[in-house]
Amino acid sequence: MNPTSFSLPLAAVVLAPLVPAVINRTKAWFAGRQGQPLLQGYYDLAKLMGKGAVYSRTTSWVFRAGPLVSLACVLTALAVLPLGGARPPLSFAGDPVLLLYLLGVARFFTISAAMDTGSAFEGMGASREAQFSALTEFTMLVSLAALVKLGHLPLPAGVEAGSPYSLQGIYASLTATMWMRYGTVLLLAATALMVAVLCENSRIPVDDPTTHLELTMIHEVMVLDHSGPDLAMIFYGAAMKLWILCALLAGLLIPMRSGNAWLDAGAVIGGIFLLAVAIGVIESCLARLRLLRVPQFLTGAGVLAIVALLLAFWV
Amino acid sequence: MILTLVLLPLLAGLAAFFLRHDGARRALLLLTAMGHSCLTALAWVQRPPAALDDWLLLDAPGLLFLSVTSGLFLMISIYALGYLRREDWGRREDFEEGFLFTNAREPSFTGCLLIFLGMMTLVTVSQHFGLLWVAVEATTLASAPLIYFHRHSRSLEATWKYIMICSVGIALALLGNFFLAVASTLGEREHVPLLLASLVGRAQSLHVLWFKAAFIFLLVGYGTKMGLAPMHTWLPDAHSESPSLVSALLSGALLNCAFLAIFRVQQVAVAAGEGQFGRDLLLGFGLLSMAVAAAFIVRQANFKRLLAYSSVEHMGILSLAMGLGGKADFGAMLHLVNHSLTKGMLFLVAGNILSFYRSKSTADVQGVTRMLPISGVLWVAGFFAITGSPPFGTFMSELVILKSALDQGRTVVAVAYLAILCVVFVGMGAIVLRMAQGMPRESAENSSGLREGAARLALSPWPGGESGLSFFPPMLLGAAALLLGLYVPPPLWRILGEAAQAVGVQ
Amino acid sequence: MALWLDTLVVLIILTNLKLLGSSRLRACIQVVAFQGILLSLVPMLAGAGHLTPRIVALALLTMTVKGVIFPWLLLRVLRTANVHREMEPFVSYTTSILVGVGLLAASVWMGRQLPLPVPSQSPLVVPLALFNTMVGLFVLVSRRKALTQVLGYLVMENGIYAFGLAFALEEPLLVELGTLLDVFMAVFIMGIMIFHINRELDHIDTDRLSVLKD
Repeated sequence: MNPTSFSLPLAAVVLAPLVPAVINRTKAWFAGRQGQPLLQGYYDLAKLMGKGAVYSRTTSWVFRAGPLVSLACVLTALAVLPLGGARPPLSFAGDPVLLLYLLGVARFFTISAAMDTGSAFEGMGASREAQFSALTEFTMLVSLAALVKLGHLPLPAGVEAGSPYSLQGIYASLTATMWMRYGTVLLLAATALMVAVLCENSRIPVDDPTTHLELTMIHEVMVLDHSGPDLAMIFYGAAMKLWILCALLAGLLIPMRSGNAWLDAGAVIGGIFLLAVAIGVIESCLARLRLLRVPQFLTGAGVLAIVALLLAFWV
Repeated sequence: MILTLVLLPLLAGLAAFFLRHDGARRALLLLTAMGHSCLTALAWVQRPPAALDDWLLLDAPGLLFLSVTSGLFLMISIYALGYLRREDWGRREDFEEGFLFTNAREPSFTGCLLIFLGMMTLVTVSQHFGLLWVAVEATTLASAPLIYFHRHSRSLEATWKYIMICSVGIALALLGNFFLAVASTLGEREHVPLLLASLVGRAQSLHVLWFKAAFIFLLVGYGTKMGLAPMHTWLPDAHSESPSLVSALLSGALLNCAFLAIFRVQQVAVAAGEGQFGRDLLLGFGLLSMAVAAAFIVRQANFKRLLAYSSVEHMGILSLAMGLGGKADFGAMLHLVNHSLTKGMLFLVAGNILSFYRSKSTADVQGVTRMLPISGVLWVAGFFAITGSPPFGTFMSELVILKSALDQGRTVVAVAYLAILCVVFVGMGAIVLRMAQGMPRESAENSSGLREGAARLALSPWPGGESGLSFFPPMLLGAAALLLGLYVPPPLWRILGEAAQAVGVQ
Repeated sequence: MALWLDTLVVLIILTNLKLLGSSRLRACIQVVAFQGILLSLVPMLAGAGHLTPRIVALALLTMTVKGVIFPWLLLRVLRTANVHREMEPFVSYTTSILVGVGLLAASVWMGRQLPLPVPSQSPLVVPLALFNTMVGLFVLVSRRKALTQVLGYLVMENGIYAFGLAFALEEPLLVELGTLLDVFMAVFIMGIMIFHINRELDHIDTDRLSVLKD
């Protein structure tokens, strides 16, 4: 256990609300607007924490537990999240599954809370969320499997090797040499992961976070009835989830494995913000897909992931 | 000289596209066919030297296949003179469904016919597997317009199936060729050239696994073209919808060309010590083809499809004989010659019957011997010949194959072979004899056709009013098939033996 | 170099999957044309760096035939036939893509059963050839339009050709040219046949070509 490994979750806890803000600024820049201040996320959280919560009489404890459990799950997931070659506090064989399933539990509780309200709109959003995330979860798992299959090159000096089946082991092996050798496969996996990032965080072209029409919403419609600290927890949890998924993708895309954990982690954090800018660009340039087309889009990403896995067996 | 053999029909074919005068074009067809046959005959006297760096060479199997093709083509071009003269070139009514259609233009028909001959010749003389592939695919392409001669929806359907299924099959053979290239790799950037002689000579250095994969792909690919079940589905359609002389050429020459390609591969397999692997596959495909064909021959309602399925059956026999090996290889070679002669004759006679009765239905056609005395007799004789009855050549060759199976102690194969031959004999006999006997039925649809045909034939000096051009070629073919049953000339015997030796165990 | 060849192979694989998922015939033709162009680059990259004039000429010729002439010919047929979509294929598009993934897995497995006698820098080409062949066959049997079937044939041909280009580099030029000429003639004749089918029957649905049967 070294200090760097504990500073990774800490960085996430502190920096996460900045990521959505960067996305918003990028979109504002594209639209020719000034945009929110970068610290707007923190202001919102502070404001919401100071408010009281309103609960409908038809809801039960499930509704209150939703935001709380979701946030707890996401925070726990930070414990196994490496940033590039930097080692997280916890690492063991099979932790990718733990990470994905912690996100799954969080989603389960968000969906349960939405259904608990008994509102037709929220039920609709919950059903869409469940359908789409079933597809993305598969994509992420297969992409990570492809990375596991590839990771067998000798590591550069100073990079801590973990079990090949742990996130730490996977990301430690993604060096520049690896990109030179298996660039195609890595690119395929990265594309699949990118789609997963967009879908899981309710971004265009799957979902539109700024929409005002309940019929077309997916994620936003599920949290319509939450207020006050509950909403703050949801916002914070969403920012954290964005951080986690961006970190997975940035760790793959930025093959900086110097052996110095601070340097590696810093590079990946830079990568996360670059990704945020990229997401902003995508949101500004693309239109939302029709809902019926979304499963096709996600299946396409799944197919890319499978192709990556097959190629990983092949090379 | 080999180059002349290939180029003569090719150039003549190109010329035929541009010749305006019908008479000149038909003369060109006949002259080219005769020239080709003469050159082939010369090759019997003295084998021509190799050409194009040994890529083109006439060895014993090649000469055998070439002679069959050339002889059959000569007969067919004589038949074509009469056929082209009596074809109605304007718009006319289809006698099955009653819509109007036209024929393709005569120059393109003659041109494609000659190019087809050129490409088949190229198949027989190719020693390089790549060139062989190119030639086999080219035969498909050259023959597709021939099948689409009568421009109506049925022939269109037949042509589409023919060109799609065969092209896909041949594409698989191309993959097989490349696998063969990999199998013949010796080291970094060096491999045995894909020439038959060098492959056979250095067969021991082939990579066995890749060679086996190549063999399977080549067998399936060329087997599609040869009409082996279950890849035979294009065959009955194409044979029933094309003009009868084209059907005769497809059955008697084209299928042989595909068989020759498989034969070449088997030559390499034997040299590589994998002969048994190849023989087992050939035996399986052969038996399956025979069985499938027999199932469709029984109660077949269309006499041209009947003949087509009979071709599938005989290709099955060839494959089975190759699969047995030993003496049966010789039987296969002899049977190939017999089948081509007999099937050519039968299709030409079927053309005569078709043009008189204007129906392909076996139920509509009755009393052939009464209405067309000469064609009727040939039809019945052809039936006996194709089902392997003595004294025709097919009896000899089928007997050799049976004896070889029994000698090898493969009783099950022999019994299955005999059983299928019996089923085919009974099935074909029931249909052919019913067609030959009785009185023609006058029905509303065919009465005008019958009267018209009778009126036209009445002008001819031959008994029953048939035209000499329409029955001499099949008669000659039949006579040859009969002769082979009684006496095989020694030079032919020698070539047959030499060809069989090429796939024999060394 | 291997990375570029790999990328090329992966792109060809993706074009196949795209073909399985597209319903617009025009898009399908373009995908196959793109695949042809990618294919023509294979010999340049597989040739281990030394570009002989022969390889360049072959690549250019392939590119012209597969990337320009075929699409032009097929788009012409498309215009005359006035058909733009593959309606109701026998297998739906999403299922087709999944089948494609299954075929890819199968071809990878088969490719591993057949190790090359000489270690090549492009172990991807054997499975690629098998994959293209199987996808081509699958398109042939699962689509109704005659035009799509021609595309299936072309895809199959492409895979085989890729294999030939990568391994049979020492093949005599005559054979390569003959092969190309044959395929060209085949597609040309198929195009004419589609034209006739459309004129005669007012459709190009091959499943309705079913008059001839026993």
